[in-house]
Amino acid sequence: MAHARRERWIAFLMVLPSMILIAVFVYGFIGWTTTVSLSRWDGVTPDYEWAGLDNFKRLFAGGGVAAKRFSIDLWNTFFFTILFLLLCVAFGLLLAVLLDQNVKGEGIFRTIYLFPMSLSFVVTGVVWQWVFAPGAGERLRGVNALFHTLGLDAFRWRWYTDTRSIGPFHVALIPVVIAAAWQMTGYTMAMYLAGLRAIPEELREAARVDGASEFALYRRIILPLLRPITLSALIVLGHISLKIFDLVYTMTGKGPGFVTDVPGIFMFETTFQGNHYSQGAAISMIMLLMVALVIVPYLVFSLRREVEL
Amino acid sequence: MTRRFDPARLAIYVLLVLFGILFLVPVYVMLSTSLKTFAEVQDLSRLWGLPHNVTLESFSAAWSGIPEKGVRGLSRNLLNSVNLTIPATIISAMLGSLNGYVLSKWKFRGADVVFPLMLFGMFIPYQSVLIPLTQTLSAIGLGGTLWGLVLVHVVYGIPITTLIFRNYYAEIPNAMLEAARIDGAGILDAYWRVVFPLSLPGFVVVIIWQFTNIWNDFLFAVSILQRPALQPITVALQNLSGSQIKEWNMVMAGAILAALPTLLIYVITGRYFVRGLLAGSVKG
Repeated sequence: MAHARRERWIAFLMVLPSMILIAVFVYGFIGWTTTVSLSRWDGVTPDYEWAGLDNFKRLFAGGGVAAKRFSIDLWNTFFFTILFLLLCVAFGLLLAVLLDQNVKGEGIFRTIYLFPMSLSFVVTGVVWQWVFAPGAGERLRGVNALFHTLGLDAFRWRWYTDTRSIGPFHVALIPVVIAAAWQMTGYTMAMYLAGLRAIPEELREAARVDGASEFALYRRIILPLLRPITLSALIVLGHISLKIFDLVYTMTGKGPGFVTDVPGIFMFETTFQGNHYSQGAAISMIMLLMVALVIVPYLVFSLRREVEL
Repeated sequence: MTRRFDPARLAIYVLLVLFGILFLVPVYVMLSTSLKTFAEVQDLSRLWGLPHNVTLESFSAAWSGIPEKGVRGLSRNLLNSVNLTIPATIISAMLGSLNGYVLSKWKFRGADVVFPLMLFGMFIPYQSVLIPLTQTLSAIGLGGTLWGLVLVHVVYGIPITTLIFRNYYAEIPNAMLEAARIDGAGILDAYWRVVFPLSLPGFVVVIIWQFTNIWNDFLFAVSILQRPALQPITVALQNLSGSQIKEWNMVMAGAILAALPTLLIYVITGRYFVRGLLAGSVKG
């Protein structure tokens, strides 16, 4: 459309407030946080005295408490992300494929698998804290109590309070991953289901006419077509996992010996409970960097293609 | 299509039902625990059982608190959540609609740079803006207030609401706008006469999405609102569950109160909820 010059100005003015807000609250504030992370601000009153990279060095070297905790946090984030993505993609795909088989009551099943998405991570955290509460001795709780009643005492363990680890992997993360996957698997299912519905029926028919088994049909034709969806799901869920806070904070907190600690919790406690603002800012900058490494290429890629955007 | 008995189909249903049961375990836990008395919750041999004497006493305790034990009720916080979520949702939907309209139909020079820069704002870990945010809100007199939190949700809601409306308006044929322009309608007239009347489904998707997100937020609220009387229900529920002696029936009743509004919206408007969900993955 050819627009009059005046109207192009009005168009610009209509988005200007939003652009200014985003410029200030996103980019300006990120710049401000960067400044804080390079300062000595360590208390309630701001102090912007230059500290160079001291706050970052304390996170990565020196063998202090902060460095130990942050190294555990990064490993926890790594394993949490891998397991969480694995569960969400595998079960999301499985449920979508099952629902795609002309099942009766599809709507009911879909509603059940997806409803956790509508809940707050705080609600999820509260409920799963109950389910995986280990209890102690004679006073067993949650799943442990259930195991005991069923005579399956061999399966009892300390769940999210367990301090054992396999290499850098803390087993206490498993219950937290289960809770997170419970909440988000419906999301991948919905994405895959939308993808499956977009595959034309003729394509399936053609393959069947050619004598392909249902299994071969999925393996050779349908799953490859779903690959872009897997990529989107991995990126959206992956970035959620990198910045996760509410769920872990409510369900377990940092855990004994930081077994369930994540950078989000470390940042929050350091900043708002410990008043170590510059240290908290440095942690948040690392979180931003991790998320940006995943999101920026994705945004550039999907906007360049302008697929249905 | 009629089918005869087929073991493969039976297996499909068995799996679907099994997963359904697994997904509903936490719901069972919430409901059965919240309907028990405190005495029964403490009886560990009956943890997973149905309540013996169904009672709503935990709900009234969660609602109005137990003053003699120093436990605050959640009714106030539920009201805070309502007061916070409704204005923030409406304002950010309006902003998103205007932005989406301009960015899909009236692209000015540089609009294709502005849009991705805006979108990046919905992916950032909010931890990376929290310190300046709390400082700024205090400086402009909105520190520790519900209106401050409303402003925060409006601002950080701009990317997703703009994205959803931009995709939605892309479907409206340009010819309809051209027709309005030939009749002499300017950019704002065209919005009110052509685009806005067609926007209802877009608004439904955005309002559901924003309502759910803002209602469920924890990080912004816990960082900005220190006064317990002002906190929304997510923060109050977290406090309740973090207390030393846990009255689990009351905590679960509180969790149900916190979950119910968004859960009801989801069950009633499922299709639109899913649309918002899929819009969040950028490509839609």
